[in-house]
Amino acid sequence: MTTISQPDHATIPGVSTPAKSRDARRVRGLSDRAIAWLFVAPTIALLLAINIFPLIWMLRLSFTSLNLSMSYLPLRFVGLDNFRDILTDEDVWFRLQTTAQFVISSVALQVVVGFGLALLINRQFRGHSFWTTIILLPMMLSPAVVGNFWTLLLQPQIGPFNYLISLFTGVPPSSFSMTGQVSLAPWTIVLVDTWMWAPYVMLICLAGLRSIPDYIYEAAEVDRASPWRQFWSITLPMTVPFLMLAVLFRAIENFKMFDMVNLLTSGGPGSTTELVSISLKRAAFEKWRTGYSSALAIILFVTVFGAANIYVKTLNKVKQR
Amino acid sequence: MRTLRWLRSTAASAVVAAAALGGLGGGEAAAQGKQLTLCWAAWDPANALVELGKDFTKQSGIEMKYEFVPWTSYADRFLNELNSHGKLCDLIIGDSQWIGGAAENKWYVKLNDFFAKEKISMDDFVPATVVGYSQWPKNTPNYWALPAMADAVGWTYRKDWFSRPEIQSAFKAKYGRDLAPPKTYDELKQVAEFFQGREIDGKKVYGAYIFTERGSEGITMGVTNVLYNYGFAYDNPKKPYQMQGIVNSADAAKGLEFYKELYKCCTAPGMTNAYMQEGLDAFKSGQVAMQMNWFAFFPGLYKDPNVGGDKIGFFVNPAGPKGHFTQLGGQGISVVATSDRKDDALAYIKWFAQPAVQQKWWQIGGYSALKAVVDAPDFPKSAAFAPQFLESMGIVKDFWAEPSYAQLLLDMQKRVHDYVVADKGTAQQALDLLVKDWTKVFKEQGKEVASQ
Repeated sequence: MTTISQPDHATIPGVSTPAKSRDARRVRGLSDRAIAWLFVAPTIALLLAINIFPLIWMLRLSFTSLNLSMSYLPLRFVGLDNFRDILTDEDVWFRLQTTAQFVISSVALQVVVGFGLALLINRQFRGHSFWTTIILLPMMLSPAVVGNFWTLLLQPQIGPFNYLISLFTGVPPSSFSMTGQVSLAPWTIVLVDTWMWAPYVMLICLAGLRSIPDYIYEAAEVDRASPWRQFWSITLPMTVPFLMLAVLFRAIENFKMFDMVNLLTSGGPGSTTELVSISLKRAAFEKWRTGYSSALAIILFVTVFGAANIYVKTLNKVKQR
Repeated sequence: MRTLRWLRSTAASAVVAAAALGGLGGGEAAAQGKQLTLCWAAWDPANALVELGKDFTKQSGIEMKYEFVPWTSYADRFLNELNSHGKLCDLIIGDSQWIGGAAENKWYVKLNDFFAKEKISMDDFVPATVVGYSQWPKNTPNYWALPAMADAVGWTYRKDWFSRPEIQSAFKAKYGRDLAPPKTYDELKQVAEFFQGREIDGKKVYGAYIFTERGSEGITMGVTNVLYNYGFAYDNPKKPYQMQGIVNSADAAKGLEFYKELYKCCTAPGMTNAYMQEGLDAFKSGQVAMQMNWFAFFPGLYKDPNVGGDKIGFFVNPAGPKGHFTQLGGQGISVVATSDRKDDALAYIKWFAQPAVQQKWWQIGGYSALKAVVDAPDFPKSAAFAPQFLESMGIVKDFWAEPSYAQLLLDMQKRVHDYVVADKGTAQQALDLLVKDWTKVFKEQGKEVASQ
């Protein structure tokens, strides 16, 4: 048994007694609480300046008719009109539906692919590090690069993607357009997002898999549990909290998705892939409807915040089990 | 030690060389330290303007700096700059549709007094460009810009393909008439259908290239060329802002249907989100027989070693059953109200308005709107596309130039793209929804919108 002896303060040179340090503080006129506040103050000031103040300002603007392209018009207080306009606008509901479909499809696919990759990478094999690096490459790229790069890959006449599909299916390569056809464009953005972010899910899942102690598998082997049984009874349940965390991160990110989709399809064809973030950007910075877009931003914020809270509570319950 | 000495002597030489180069480039400017920033789009005419601007620097000693942004983000970038009262631009070549917002929001300096003082008369410029680029309210003598770059939508075609005997005879056998640049949209569709999927020099080619871009202004700037000629108008000329039955008239719906038919029958695959650059690429790579694009690009195309010269021909936007118009492009040059160098910026405009400068502007790739240049007897022979340009400038129509133009434009982008590219609803429904959208925008702007 190891014992730790606590040395007497007075016996260590340079360390003052509690009484002396209290005197010193009194001399400087700063209490512990004041010093703590002093350290935290810059962060709080920054947070207030760049987060809280704009949020309050946006809340104020959401009740006004402000349109920056017509700032010469008098600013009118319109109450809840902007919110009513948004919530009764069919187009907004359609955009939310498109966004929900994108979030659900892409996150589901990323979890399946990411988890599969994590299971593969979790094994030791030759070239393990090399393949891990290769798999992680897409998530290290900027979404703008990914958008432009895939636009070229998916170009119906010169892009290799259509030729690859043609090779397997016999369909002429220029007879379909992944980003230009209403039936294909929503799946294209899901595909590209999965290509980019499945490695991120893989990393989280890998952390989960590596946290499972080996002795559990050893005990299962002693009990002659099959690998399939081990997967269902040990691997999956013990990585569920990690999977849920990955789902939370990816869902929030995908709800805000803008850059990659904007570059790939600009929300088209028509409005087929116009996610709510693209709508918001158009309303705020192209149509300059500042009041309206502030209200839309608040509605989206409340939606994501509420959904994330419910999800986190569920996640905590799962963890407790 | 020797390395250090070498480094020192190299650095010293570099400093001397930089100083010498600076001296050569604009000694007077450097001495005076004056500089102007001109903002515009990044395209061929902008390069010509840089070339032209060197004469201004030589004359005035004011150094010119340029801020050129690609067309797809041009409006976003500069409207944001103007809206936030930024000081990036002293001079701006702003799009024609910005003029209403720029005047009402006081983003531009009003030029009436300056024009009067410097004896610059708007009567010296092509009337369509004065109304389109300078005036707000329209058709009133209130000037906010000097017409800088006249432009309109025109068409290019593969003259070499059109003149091949085997192609001519095949066309005549099929349609019973000679193959020639189309004069009407029906003819254009026939020619486009004829070329669609045809093999020329061992390569599959396509009929026509038209604008379909979704994000900024592309599909609107394309479809209006057909709509105008089928009877579409923005509002009732007798009752401003009355759009019901005008924007969504049966004729306008037919025009929209035609644009979709043209898109479906005769364009290359994948052209679902294509604007100026995609058109240039398609034409330069020998993919299409005819291309819709802005005249601004035609000097560059004419010089292209593969498809220019004798191989390229030009024609005016074809007529439709209800008229003959084309979409106005182009821009005016304005002084930004927040600039600290307004006097120098006005000096630039004064210099730019001179006939000799305008003549050079046309010669090096810009499009002058000065009558002295375009009405000169030798103008039609001055470039292969000059006669078509001149004719087009006489039949131009422009999109709304209201302060709320961005909303109006994006609404039209959405409704037209939804119908033409995404196959959503009918042409009539698309235009009905457009009237609904535009009515809402104008009401928000405080305008009276009559329903009938």
